Amino acid sequence: MRYAMAIDTKKCVGCGDCVVACQTENNVPIGYCRDWVVENVAGTYPQLEVEIRSERCNHCENSPCVRCCPTGASHIVEGGVVLVEHNKCIGCGACIESCPYDARYSHPDGYVDKCTFCLHRVQKGQDPACVSVCPTNCMYFGDLDNPNSDVSKMLATRKYKVLAPEAGTNPQIYYLT
Amino acid sequence: MKEELIVSGRMNPGIDPYLHIWHWQIPLYLFLGGLAAGILFFTALYYILGKEKELPTAVKWANFIAPAALVIGLFALFLDLKHKLFFWQLYTTIRLSSPMSWGAWTLMLITPLAFIWSASYLRELVPKWDWKLKILYDFEALVIKYRKPLAWAIIFLSIILGIYTGILLSAFNARPLWNTSLLGPLFLTSGLSTGAAVIMWMSKDHAERALFSKIDLILITAELFFIIHLFMGFLASTQVQINAAELFLGGEFTVTFWVFVIILGLVFPGILEILELRGYKVPVAVPAILILFGGLMFRFIMVEAGQITRYLY
Repeated sequence: MRYAMAIDTKKCVGCGDCVVACQTENNVPIGYCRDWVVENVAGTYPQLEVEIRSERCNHCENSPCVRCCPTGASHIVEGGVVLVEHNKCIGCGACIESCPYDARYSHPDGYVDKCTFCLHRVQKGQDPACVSVCPTNCMYFGDLDNPNSDVSKMLATRKYKVLAPEAGTNPQIYYLT
Repeated sequence: MKEELIVSGRMNPGIDPYLHIWHWQIPLYLFLGGLAAGILFFTALYYILGKEKELPTAVKWANFIAPAALVIGLFALFLDLKHKLFFWQLYTTIRLSSPMSWGAWTLMLITPLAFIWSASYLRELVPKWDWKLKILYDFEALVIKYRKPLAWAIIFLSIILGIYTGILLSAFNARPLWNTSLLGPLFLTSGLSTGAAVIMWMSKDHAERALFSKIDLILITAELFFIIHLFMGFLASTQVQINAAELFLGGEFTVTFWVFVIILGLVFPGILEILELRGYKVPVAVPAILILFGGLMFRFIMVEAGQITRYLY
């Protein structure tokens, strides 16, 4: 099993619903967020191109945060999901420094926090909160090992990219372009 | 042109607008750890070489600085932790892929050894010192008897400690400025250089002072050589590392780095040491303080600047 997410940059309008849904679902402290929306403008006027991306932890296969964690608090569970065990985390910040996507933050309670792919929902057969609320239906979640999952079907038919592949992390959030 | 905005307004404290999760605690620790490693290395080296009489400062006196530096450094590391009460989790596991883990274990070993080593010389430093308990006298005798294997352990651990202060940063490939294997030897050299400077400063014997002045000169040269290679490597590397180098070559850290680290921290004290060796009268404290100051600044700048550098996508 290999959980992954595909996000259609052609359909995303950047409404930020995914951000609010995550904050509500996961009780994210005020002023913090586990996912966020980026607007990327490239080119020279008048030939400008805009890409809107909803970003979060990439649940990397070769995850630098897990590698550099001195206590094993950052670990990988079923489906390749990267999680932080709060009672093992000492808040040293090594994983925050090691993440090329700046996807982690220091929770006010001391431990490090991040996206969990809403594993508590996924285990009940539901989609992650961000995916389930997307008003343009631009996000797809599922198991890459299952060729019939939403995410496998999208990746089979569409062109896609990942963020900073040169960082060698093998990220599992795919952006359909 | 390429512009990227976080339109949902992410403002995670410590992460945005640029990463600054590590503050003064980490560079201060890197400095004190390197200093302790440097002093302990020379202490153990010259003990093994049997120079206890010729180089009394190096073998007997300077090492009292090391346990103090380690304790202050460890306290700074503790202050950096944000989930402090769980710090003991570090010692429930050994994770070889994490430099912080084996660094924590190295500190766990070398700190008590530094205390034991210094304690075995305490009665020579303070003749009236009384250990009060017989068991402590027995322990002292035991340590004095086994000083040689102890020195070997210290020399080995001090090299690991000195390299670790650099590897800690270079293990993070997300920060292009740090992500170079040169950082290990560079921080080790810098740590040895600060250690030699302290011994030189404390020494009252002319021959010993001249020896450590020469050692320090070699280390300064090696450090400059590493720094040149560091920038050559960055400039011949990928865009993110070119950007990292440009922070020091015209960017916002140019003045602080070249003035405080290179000129005041390495070149100027190096010239003063050459003048002193040639027979000019130079107060030994001046080059020593400048080298210590340069080493401290170097670590502050590396930690600060490294957190700004990142991958672009």
